Amino acid sequence: MRTVITILAVAVLASVPLWLRDPYLLNALITTGIFVIGAMSLNLLLGFTGQLSLGHIAFFGIGAYVSALTSLGFDVGLPGDVRLVHTPWPPIAGLLLAIIVAGLCGYFVGLLSFRVRGAYFVIVTISFAEVVRLVALNWVELTQGPLALTNIPSIALPLPGFGELTLRTKMQNYYLVLVVALIAYLLIARLVHSHFGRAMRGLMENETLAVSVGIDVTRTLTLAAVISAAIAGAAGSLYAHYIRIIDPEVFAFINTVTMVIMVISGGKGSLAGPVVGGLIFGLLPVALRPVMAPEAQWIAYGGVLMAILFVLPRGIVPSLALRFARRRSGASALAPVALTETGAKEPA
Amino acid sequence: MSEFLQHLVNMLVLGGTYALLGIGLTLIFGIMNVVNFTHGVLYTFGAYIMFIVVQQLGLNFFLALPVAVLAGWLLGAAIELTLLRPLRGSDIDTTMLVMIGAWIAMQSGTLWIWGGVAKSVATPFPEAPLVLGPVSVSWLRLFVLAAAAMLILVTYLLINKTSLGRAMRATFQDHDTASLMGVNVDMIYTSTFAIGSSLAAAAGALLGPVYVIFPQMGDLAAVKAFAIVILGGLGNITGAVIGGFILALAEELGAGYVSSGYRDAMGFVIIIAVLIFRPTGLFARAERVG
Repeated sequence: MRTVITILAVAVLASVPLWLRDPYLLNALITTGIFVIGAMSLNLLLGFTGQLSLGHIAFFGIGAYVSALTSLGFDVGLPGDVRLVHTPWPPIAGLLLAIIVAGLCGYFVGLLSFRVRGAYFVIVTISFAEVVRLVALNWVELTQGPLALTNIPSIALPLPGFGELTLRTKMQNYYLVLVVALIAYLLIARLVHSHFGRAMRGLMENETLAVSVGIDVTRTLTLAAVISAAIAGAAGSLYAHYIRIIDPEVFAFINTVTMVIMVISGGKGSLAGPVVGGLIFGLLPVALRPVMAPEAQWIAYGGVLMAILFVLPRGIVPSLALRFARRRSGASALAPVALTETGAKEPA
Repeated sequence: MSEFLQHLVNMLVLGGTYALLGIGLTLIFGIMNVVNFTHGVLYTFGAYIMFIVVQQLGLNFFLALPVAVLAGWLLGAAIELTLLRPLRGSDIDTTMLVMIGAWIAMQSGTLWIWGGVAKSVATPFPEAPLVLGPVSVSWLRLFVLAAAAMLILVTYLLINKTSLGRAMRATFQDHDTASLMGVNVDMIYTSTFAIGSSLAAAAGALLGPVYVIFPQMGDLAAVKAFAIVILGGLGNITGAVIGGFILALAEELGAGYVSSGYRDAMGFVIIIAVLIFRPTGLFARAERVG
C-alpha cells in the first residue's frame, strides 16, 4: 500500500513540468523542492534522534557558499602574507565539495550534541548559524559580504560521449531537484529501517535503556548529524546553482524556522511528513500572495505554526496514518503504525 | 589607555540594560523551563511603547518608562495565559516552537503596523555629553544606566524580600513540593512570565532612544539574553547581572580591537565557548534543567 502511494506520488511529481507551463509556479515548486530536501535532512535529526537543531540553515548555507565559491574561484589573503588562490572548477565538483564540507561541519555539531542536550543544544546550534552568517557578512574578500556572490554557473552534468548538459531551463532544474530529493528520501528511508535507524530511535525513546543494550551514543548521534548536514549541504548547493546569486541572508533564522515548520506540520519521525509539510508550506505563500500583504502572510505563518502544535501536535501524516489504521483495525488485526508512532515523543 | 577607559564606560551603560534582559529571561527559563523566543519581541514592544508615548502622544519622556514596563507586564501575562498555560506538561520542544510561532507573528505584526523604517525618539537630555577627563558619556546613557540599576535593584528586592519572590524561588527549586506547600504554581508561572517580559520591555524602552527603533531590533537582543543566561547560569539573578556586564565588555572590546562587524558575534561566541567548556555557567550554583 505504502509503495503504491509512493510510486503514484513520484509519477505525479515527475509529470508536473509536462502540463504546468507557468514559470512562476514552476519556480515556486523548484525552490520548495530544495527546501523539502532540507526539511527531510532536518527530520533525520529532529524526528529520529530527537535533537532539535535550530541552526540547520547553517549547513544549507555552507553548502551554497562552498559550491558557489568552488565554481566561481576566489583569491583571498590569509594571515602571514599567504594568498589562497582557487581557479574555478565545474559546478558538479562544487556540489560534491558542498556535501563533504557540510558533512564535516555536521560532525562537529554532532560532537557538541553529545555534550549539550535539550534547550542548550538548540541555543548552540542557533549560535553556530549566526556566527557563520556574520563571517559570511564580514569576510568580504571571500564572500563579497552583502554584495552577494553573483553569476554562479548552472550545474552541468557530464554525459560520457556527449560532452556536457548544462541545466539552464526551469524544467531541467525541476528534474534535477526531483532526482536529488528522491535519492535523499531513499537514503533516509534505508537508514531509518536499518540497524542504525533502530539505534537512533532507541536512543530517542529511552537513552539509558539503549546504552545498556550496547548502543554507542556518540557514534550514532554524530553519524546522524553528519548525514543530515551533508544532505542539507547538497540542498544548499542546488539552491546556489539554481538561484545563481547568494548573500548572507541565506543564513537567516527564518529559513531554519521554515524547515522546522515543514517537519513539524508534516509529522516529525515520519518519512513522508517533511514532503507533505514542505509542499504545503512551500506553496502556501504562492496561494496567499494575491490575498494578503507580505507582513500578514508572516503573521499567518506564525499563527499556523502555533495552531498545528495545539491541534495536530503529531503532524499531518502520522495523524492521518493513525486514523487510517484505526479504521482498518475494526475489520482486521491492529494495523502496524510502528514507524509513524515514533513521531509522538514522550515529554523530556 | 583613554580608549580603554571609554570602552569601560560604554560597557557599564550597555551592561545595565543587558542585565535587565538577562534577568527577565533567566527567571522565565529557570522557573518555567520555557525557552522564551518572545523575549526579543517584548524588547521591541517596549521600544515602540516609548515611541508611541513620546512621539505620537507627545507625553513626557519619563512617563514612558513606567508605561512600557506596565505594557510589557500585560502582554507577557497575556502570552502566558493564552499560549503556555494550555500547554503545561508538554515537552520543552513544543513550548519552544509555539514561542517561535508567537515571535514570528508578533514581529510581523509590528512590521505591519509601524512599517520597516527605523524610528527615533526625542529625549529631553542635552546634546553635549558629560566629559570626565579622558572619557565622555551622554546624559541619556547616564539616565539609562541609572534607570537600569534601579530596576535591577527592585527585581532583586522583589525576588528576595517578598512572599511572591519566596514562592517563585520555591517553585524554581521544586515545583511539585512548592505546590504541595500551598503555592499556586499557575499563578507563579504567570507572574514570572509577566515580570520577565516587563523587564525585557523596560530594556527596549531604555535602549530604543539610544539607538533607533525597528521591528527586528529584538532578534539580536534575544540572542544576547540567551548568552547572558548561559553565562550566568540558569535562574541565577546575580549571575545574569554579571553576565550582562561581561557580554557588554566582550562586545566593546571585540568592536574596539577586532572589528566592529564582529561586535554582535561576541554573544554567540560566548554561548558556544561556555557551553563547551563550562556548561553549568560561570557562576554555577543552581542545578541545570533541560
